[in-house]
Formats: sequence, structure tokens, C-alpha cells
Amino acid sequence: MIDKIVSSIADALADVCDGATVMIGGFGGAGMPNELIDGLIAQGAGELTIVANNAGNAEFGLAALLKAGMVRKVICSFPRQADSYVFDALYRAGKIELELVPQGNLSERIRAAGAGIGGFFTKVGFGTDLAKGKEVREINGEMYVLEAPIHADYALIKAEQGDRWGNLTYRMAARNFGPVMAMAAKTTIASVHEIVLLGQLDPEAVVTPGIFVQRVVKIARSATVASGYKAA
Amino acid sequence: MSYVKLTRDQLAARIAKDIHDGAYVNLGIGMPTLVANHLPAGREIILQSENGILGMGPAPTSDAEDFDLINAGKQPVTLLRGGSYFHSADSFAMMRAGHLDIAVLGAFQVAANGDLANWHTGGKDDIPAVGGAMDLAVGAKQTWVMMEHLTRSGESKLVERCTYPLTGVGCVSRIYTDLAVIDVTAQGFKLVECVAGLSLAELNSLSNVSIAP
Repeated sequence: MIDKIVSSIADALADVCDGATVMIGGFGGAGMPNELIDGLIAQGAGELTIVANNAGNAEFGLAALLKAGMVRKVICSFPRQADSYVFDALYRAGKIELELVPQGNLSERIRAAGAGIGGFFTKVGFGTDLAKGKEVREINGEMYVLEAPIHADYALIKAEQGDRWGNLTYRMAARNFGPVMAMAAKTTIASVHEIVLLGQLDPEAVVTPGIFVQRVVKIARSATVASGYKAA
Repeated sequence: MSYVKLTRDQLAARIAKDIHDGAYVNLGIGMPTLVANHLPAGREIILQSENGILGMGPAPTSDAEDFDLINAGKQPVTLLRGGSYFHSADSFAMMRAGHLDIAVLGAFQVAANGDLANWHTGGKDDIPAVGGAMDLAVGAKQTWVMMEHLTRSGESKLVERCTYPLTGVGCVSRIYTDLAVIDVTAQGFKLVECVAGLSLAELNSLSNVSIAP
């Protein structure tokens, strides 16, 4: 019998080792698995490489992980936020490595890893500092840059509902990086607000099929709060 | 002659006027977000948000805010009837493969050859952040820039060659500023219109680059 449901966040994260590459879903606060990140801080693995869209807000979630000194490198598209002062200070002090990636290259490189693609050519970034040193090729008269897949040991994602096979649904724009990160990691850990019985999810509505998910852990339902929000 | 610069809202309304019925549009963070407030009535214009929303609606009332439904600037928004959600790779496929008709982006500099600089000043202490800017600049069918014509210190943001790090090469087709609308052509900048009371000679002298009539 397959049962991917684990009873606690601590159990879900018990085997994360020093030096692991960990993908963390979310865009701003939406889809940010803060409960799993707090569990990772408690677990204590260090020298981590984090793959995420942002680099944390204020001093909670990802910013707390950075502040705890557990992260060696961040691969992300948009570290600078109204309240990203933890990352900003570490970066300026040379205490953290940053690989800045255009957001579409980030999501596609993650997707490529999840789809067994060894690399792809894209027009995005050609002629810019972010493509420096990368192989380029002219295809049908346009210039493209070769981008490599991004694999991970773990993906920590926040979904809405899950079952014991690991099938997942998401809520609104909290979906963002969850589905592609789930595909790209050796071990995907999804927090869900509701665990349902097998067969209760509408098969037409499953966004991440269970084959991409290894562990499902239930967290309390709470409203997503603002993060990185800068009044216009 | 004297002239008056467009306000940010007047500039947003000017851009909105040029967005056609049925267009799929991404509005960049910052000033371009204002365009959403001025979309002409009677046109169905579908706004895309990079975090996985098509058919994005206006901001909700404060009691209806839901932070699982936010725009690229992380501000709460709503979903129109017919709207949809999707993951980040699908969202960026919409940009990168030319499915979007128009991207409206802010800029530090635009060059006469259509090069765009809008993500990084290159300053040593400046934290670089690119987000979806490079994807939008290169991928949309048309990339429009919305910006003030001059920097705070009075330097032209229209330039012969960008001195800030590039976002995209030759990607801008049209520029809307608080002084003028300018096309980027194979021959360089070409004036579409300027604010009342401003002559092309004055505009050229302010811009410090050549804008053809």
C-alpha cells in the first residue's frame, strides 16, 4: 500500500543533509511553505543551496532560514524586496552566494530538470550580463542562449489538498512554482491544508499527480499574509 | 512656447488608449500597473500576471483581500469571470513564446536600437533583481516602455547606447513618456506625438538624441 502521508513536519524533513539543494515554492507569500521552512530551521541542516523565486521577507520563513546561517547559496530571480533586509545584509557582507536567474529561465530550468531535458536554448537573456559565458547559438536567424536544468534534492511546496498517493490541488495563485518544483526534486514534500481520502479529489482537478510527490504533511489552515508588499 | 508634462495617470490613460480589444497584456511592476486603471470601456483586455493569473481584475476592497491572489508586485488583486490560474512555467511560456500581445515595462534607459535597461543600475551596493523583466522584454509580441522622459537630475532616459546593464537587445517597439510617444524603428527614434506646446526641436534638445519627425 502506498501511503505518502507523514504525521509531522519533523518526520517529513528528518533526512535533509548538510549541503542539500532545496527548492522552496512560493511567490511573495502565496504558496510559501513557511511551516516547512520553520521545520527545516529546527532540523538544522546547513550549507544549503536554496532555489526559490525570492530571498525572503522580514525575518520569517525563508528570511529566518537565511538569518540562521544555514544557506550557502540562493538561486532566485528577485531577491530585492521592500523588506528583504536579511538577504541584503548577507549579500553585501559577502556571506551568501547569489545566482540571479530571469524568472522564466528559473521556472523553465526547473521544469527541464523535471522533464529529463538536458538543457534548452532560449532568447531570454541574450546579450545581457546574465548570459555571460554561456553558449549561444543562432537558430532561424535569432540568437539563443543555452540554459541548464536545475535539479534539487528536496522541494518544499505548499498545496491545498492532498491524498495518500500524493495527488495535489492548489489554491489560486499559490500554485506558482509548486508543480514544476515537485517534478524536479528527488524528494518532494508538500504541506496541505486538507488530507482527503483516495478518490475524493476530482481527477480532472488534480494539478500535481502523485508520482511527483514523496511526502504529504498536514498543516493548520491559515490565511496567507502579505509579504514583500510595497504600497504603490 | 510652454508645455505641461503628463501626470502618471494621464500617461497611463494615453497608453491604455492604444491597447486593442482582445489584447493579452502584461503590465510590469511599478508605474505600468497604473495602466490597468485606465483601460477603455467597451474593450475586452485580458491582463496576465507572471505569478500565474490570466484575467486579472482590479484590487479588492480591503475586507476582501486574499494574499493567495496577488499580482507581480505582491498586491492583492481579483480574478475576472473567465480568468484562470496556472503554474510559473506555463505563465512564462505565455511570455517567452510570444503568446502575449503587449508588455508594458518601466525603464532606466532605452536606446535608439531598441535596447532596454530596466533591471539593474550596476551599482556595487545595489542588490540586483530581474524577476520576469527579461522574459517579458524579449517574449511579448510588442514591448512598450512607460517612463518619465528625464531622470530626476534632468538626464534623458532615451539614449544612443544604454550605459546600464541590458534587459534585452533590440526589444522595445514603442516608448511612452510624460513628454512624447516615440517609435523605435530600424532608423532609430521616430516621433509619434508630443505634448501640446513642445516642439520637436525642444524635445530633441532635452533628449540629447536624435528623434526623427
